[in-house]
Amino acid sequence: MTKKTEETTATEETDPNPGSPCEGCDGANKGGRRGFLFAAGTTLLTVGGGLAAIPIVGVAIAPAEASDPNRWVSLGKPARFKPGQTVLVKFTNPWDSPTDGETNENVCYVRCIDPKTFQVFAVNCAHLGCPVEWFAQSRLFMCPCHGGVYYEDGSRASGPPPRGLFEYEWRIDGDSFEILGGRLPGLQETT
Amino acid sequence: MKQEGNVRKSLDWVDDRTGLVSVAEHAMFHKVPRSAKWWYVFGSATLMFFMVQLVTGILLTTIYVPSAAEAYQSLIYIDQRIPMGWMIRALHGWSSNAMCVMMLIHMTQVFLHGTYKFPRELTWVAGVFLCLTTLGLAFTGQIMRWDANAYWGLGIGAAIVDRVPFAGNWLRSVVLGGPDISGATLSRFFALHVFILPGTLIGLIGVHLILVLKGGISEMPKVGQPIERETYREDYEKRVKKTGVPFFPDAARRDMVFCGAALIALIGIASWYGPIGPGPLPDPQSIEVAPRPDTLFLWLFAVLALLPPQTETFLILVGPPVAIALLAALPFLSPTGERAPSRRPLSVIILCIIVTALLVLTWLGIGSPWSPVMKAWTSIPTPVEYVRHRSPLELQGAIQLQYAQCRNCHSIGGEGGKRGPALDDVATRLSWDQLVRQIQQGGGNMPAYGKNLSSAETQALVAFLSTLDGGDLPATIPGAMEMQPGRDESPTVDPTAPLDEADASVASR
Repeated sequence: MTKKTEETTATEETDPNPGSPCEGCDGANKGGRRGFLFAAGTTLLTVGGGLAAIPIVGVAIAPAEASDPNRWVSLGKPARFKPGQTVLVKFTNPWDSPTDGETNENVCYVRCIDPKTFQVFAVNCAHLGCPVEWFAQSRLFMCPCHGGVYYEDGSRASGPPPRGLFEYEWRIDGDSFEILGGRLPGLQETT
Repeated sequence: MKQEGNVRKSLDWVDDRTGLVSVAEHAMFHKVPRSAKWWYVFGSATLMFFMVQLVTGILLTTIYVPSAAEAYQSLIYIDQRIPMGWMIRALHGWSSNAMCVMMLIHMTQVFLHGTYKFPRELTWVAGVFLCLTTLGLAFTGQIMRWDANAYWGLGIGAAIVDRVPFAGNWLRSVVLGGPDISGATLSRFFALHVFILPGTLIGLIGVHLILVLKGGISEMPKVGQPIERETYREDYEKRVKKTGVPFFPDAARRDMVFCGAALIALIGIASWYGPIGPGPLPDPQSIEVAPRPDTLFLWLFAVLALLPPQTETFLILVGPPVAIALLAALPFLSPTGERAPSRRPLSVIILCIIVTALLVLTWLGIGSPWSPVMKAWTSIPTPVEYVRHRSPLELQGAIQLQYAQCRNCHSIGGEGGKRGPALDDVATRLSWDQLVRQIQQGGGNMPAYGKNLSSAETQALVAFLSTLDGGDLPATIPGAMEMQPGRDESPTVDPTAPLDEADASVASR
C-alpha cells in the first residue's frame, strides 16, 4: 500500500515517460501493476493467438499433411488388356470427397506388353501437366499444349518435356489388375 | 436556401460524430494540377470497372454453387434460367478484362510520365501489388468457370508449383487442397476469388487513394523541370495553390465522361458477345482437349512454349519474383530527375520492348504454332492437286502421311500443324535419303519413326513426299507464285516389287 502511494506521488510530480503520447501514460516497460497488465495482456494474446493458429493453419494445410494418399485401385481383370495395345482406362480416385463431381474420376494409359508385363502411364504431360493423347497408328503420345511427344514406352521423343511420361506402379492381385493411384503425378515423382 | 442550410447542418452532425464528411470533402475538393487532363482518366476507369466486378460478383455468388459437383451446372443455370443472368456473367467477365486493360494502361502512363518518382514511391509500390492482386483475381476467375480449361489450367499451375525445389510437392498439395485436383481445389480458389483477393484489393485501393491524396496528383511532366527532393514538395504545393483546380467538379469531368463512355462500351460488348465460357465439362476422362488460358495470360502460355527446356525451371521460378521485385523497386532505383519521356530515352525503350514483347507473345499465343493440331490427321483433307496423277505407291504415301499423324505437326496446302515446317516443297529441301533419315531417326523437334513405321510405310511416305516440290502449291499459299512450275524427276519405286527389293532400293540411294 505504501509502495503504491509512492508510485502515485511520483507520477503526479514528474512525467515518468517523457516519450509517451499522453500525460500519465507509463507505456509498456515500466514495472508495477500497469506493466504487469501490459505483459499479461501481451502473453495472453500471444498464447491465445498461438492456440487459435493451430486449427487455422492445420485446416489450411491439412490436405498436404495427410499421409501417403496413394491407394491400390483396381482397373479390372488383367485379361481385358491385349498384348501390343495401349488403351485409355478410367478409374475412381481413391482420395475423394462428396463434392468432387467429375473430378473424382480419372484416367490412365495401360500398355500391355505381354499378359504379365505392363506399363501404366499418367495422362499428364511431364512438361506442364496437359493431357497427352495416344495415337495407335504412329504409336506416339502427343501433348496438345506445347507439343511434347513420347514413344509408346513412355520415353520422351521430342518437345519441351524434361522426362518421359509419369508411370503408376501396378500389380496383379489375384484376378485384379491394380495401380497405385491417388496423387497427381509431378516432376518430383520418382517414377 | 433553408434546405441547403439543413443539409449542411446534417452533414456537420455526421462529421462531428464520424469525421467522414471532412475526409470525403477533402478527397472531392482537394486541388489538383490544371494539367491533369485526359491522360489521368485510366486509374478512375480501373476503379469503375472494379465496382462493376464487385456488384456483379456479389450477385453471382448468390446463385453460383462453389462445389466441383455443381459449379458447372450452376453457371448453365445462371445463363439459361435466371432472367438476365447471362448478362450479369457477361458483365463480370468482360469488366474483368476491361479492368486489367485499364490498369495496364494506367501503369504504362505512370511509368512513361515518371510519376512514380519522389515523393510518390509508395503509391507506385501499392499500385504494383494492386496489379498482382488484379491478375490473381483474373486467374482465379478463370478457375470459377470450372470447365475443361479451368481443370487443366489448374494442372499447369500445379506442375509449375511442383518445380519448386524440396517443397514443391507439399506446396502443390496446399494449393490444390489435396493430392489431386478435386472439390477442395475449387473451394480454395473460390475463397481466394471472393474473399481473400477482393479483400486485399479493397485494402490496397484504400492505401493507394490515401497515398494519392497525400502526395497529390502529379502534374504533366515538363522538360527541364526535374524532381529534386529538397524543393519538389514546396514548389508543387505553390503551383497547385496558385493554378490548381478542385478535383470535383473540374478535374473529375473528364473522368466522368471517360468512365461513362467505358461503361456503355462494356454493356455493348457484354450484350454482343455474351458471357465468357464455360467451355467443355471439367471431366478428367475427356482428354481430347487443348487447354488454353484466357487472352490476358496467352503471353505466359507462349513463354512456357518458347523457353529453352534446360533453363525453363530456373526461369519459371526465378523470373517472376525478380520481375516483380524490379517493378516494385523502380522508384527507389530512379527516385529523382527528369520526368519528361523525351529526357528518359532508356525508360521509353524499355517500355517499348516490354509492350512489343507482350503483344508479340500474345499474338503467338493466339496462333500457338508450337501446338500440334490434334485432329488434323482425320479432319483436314489432302489437297486434290497433291494426289492427281500420282502412282499407287505415292498415293499410299499420301494416306500414310495422314495415318501417321504427320499433318498434326506439318501442313500441306496451308492446312495442318505449324509445329514442323510445311511440307509443300519438302522435296526441294531434302533428298530421298535425307527424307528417309529424317523420318526414321527424327531430329530437331521431330520424333524418330524408325520403330513405328515399317519399311514399306516409310517407302510410300518418302515416295509421296518426294513429289512435293512446290509445283502443286495453290496460289493462296504464301510463296506459291515464286515457285517454279516445273517438277523434278521424282524417284520411282516399283510398287509391285517385293518388300526386300524396295528396301534395297532405299539402301542404294
